[in-house]
Amino acid sequence: MADKNIAVEIITPERVVFSEMVDFVVIPGVEGYLGVLPMHAPLVGGLGIGVIKTIKDGKETKLATSGGFVEVNNDKVVILAETAERSEEIDVVRAKAARERAQQRLASRTHDIDVARAELALRRAMARLKAAGAE
Amino acid sequence: MASARDLRRRIKSIKSTQQITKAMKMVAAAKLRKAQERVIAARPFAGKIQEVLARLTSANSGVKHPLLEVREPNNICYVLITADRGLCGGYNANILRLNAGLLHNRPGSVVAIGRKGRDFFRRRGVDIKTEFVGLGEDIPFGVAKEIGQTVVDYYVKGIFDEVHLVFTEFKSAMTQKPTTMKLLPIEPPPPVEGEKSLQIDYIYEPDPEQLLAELLPKYIETTIYRALLEAKASEHGARMTAMGSATDNAAEMIDKLTLSLNRARQAAITKEISEIVGGANALD
Repeated sequence: MADKNIAVEIITPERVVFSEMVDFVVIPGVEGYLGVLPMHAPLVGGLGIGVIKTIKDGKETKLATSGGFVEVNNDKVVILAETAERSEEIDVVRAKAARERAQQRLASRTHDIDVARAELALRRAMARLKAAGAE
Repeated sequence: MASARDLRRRIKSIKSTQQITKAMKMVAAAKLRKAQERVIAARPFAGKIQEVLARLTSANSGVKHPLLEVREPNNICYVLITADRGLCGGYNANILRLNAGLLHNRPGSVVAIGRKGRDFFRRRGVDIKTEFVGLGEDIPFGVAKEIGQTVVDYYVKGIFDEVHLVFTEFKSAMTQKPTTMKLLPIEPPPPVEGEKSLQIDYIYEPDPEQLLAELLPKYIETTIYRALLEAKASEHGARMTAMGSATDNAAEMIDKLTLSLNRARQAAITKEISEIVGGANALD
């Protein structure tokens, strides 16, 4: 098992963000986080808002994502993400500001705000901060 | 024959025009390269999403979804992608002609992306349902998403029963082809790898219906995004070619005018000499 790897490809509409052989990958599915090791059963699933974590030789890489799809087949994981940002690309200051804004909007709860939208914004900001290691 | 002064003035004016066309050509060439890279970079995503969609729909052929539902096409919508600016040869004219032909056969409304298309059909009194203009150079996926959501919304609400995408396909820097394709209702693409992928027993999470509900709008957005990128690359290709030939034409004109100028100058000198000689002879 130790010599088995999985190929992970993270693709956004704009470009291929990540393409590497890794030992283990954790994917934020819509129904909860999902860990994929080599020899995983074929799967097609929805991708939620959260952090994609890959581990290779004990080294972690984290990417923040905001939804899409994932396909696992034959030790190959293809993640079709709407956005995927590597931890070093994330603007922590902006993400923090976005979190503040979303929290304020949720706290005030006036009738004209879109609660669902604010919640999504909050979750996206939290995922970014988590991937960047700022929290 | 025009005087030497007039000729000089014309040469000067053509030269400055040539400088502009040359600069535009070079700018277009640089932008084309970037646009081409973006088209290529967007391919993996578009290909994969099509593959997943094909697998989902063929493995679950009974699934129903509003975007797959075929209706009597009473109200047709054309999503037209043109440039915001001119000076790109026949690029805008070609795509507008194609869309005008489509509208002639099957009248409908237009969702205009790009200033040229909007202005053209507004002048002709065609119903412009929505417009997206001034999108700029680097079109982010968010724009395609917005357009996609707008169109999907129209379709679901039953404002339109059929949506077509009219855009220019990028073949090469020299050739661009105006094309049209049906966007809605979605016709599921055929399975890519044939039978092999159908035999694999996939786990679906969440269930196929829910996945499909997520996937279909995304598929529309990706298709629009691809069309936007192709149209952009085509625009730059067309502009580069047009400006290249404009520069060549200017060079040709300058050559011709320079020749006439030299002739005129020679004629003037000859005339002067003969006048002097004539004057000298008269003194003898």
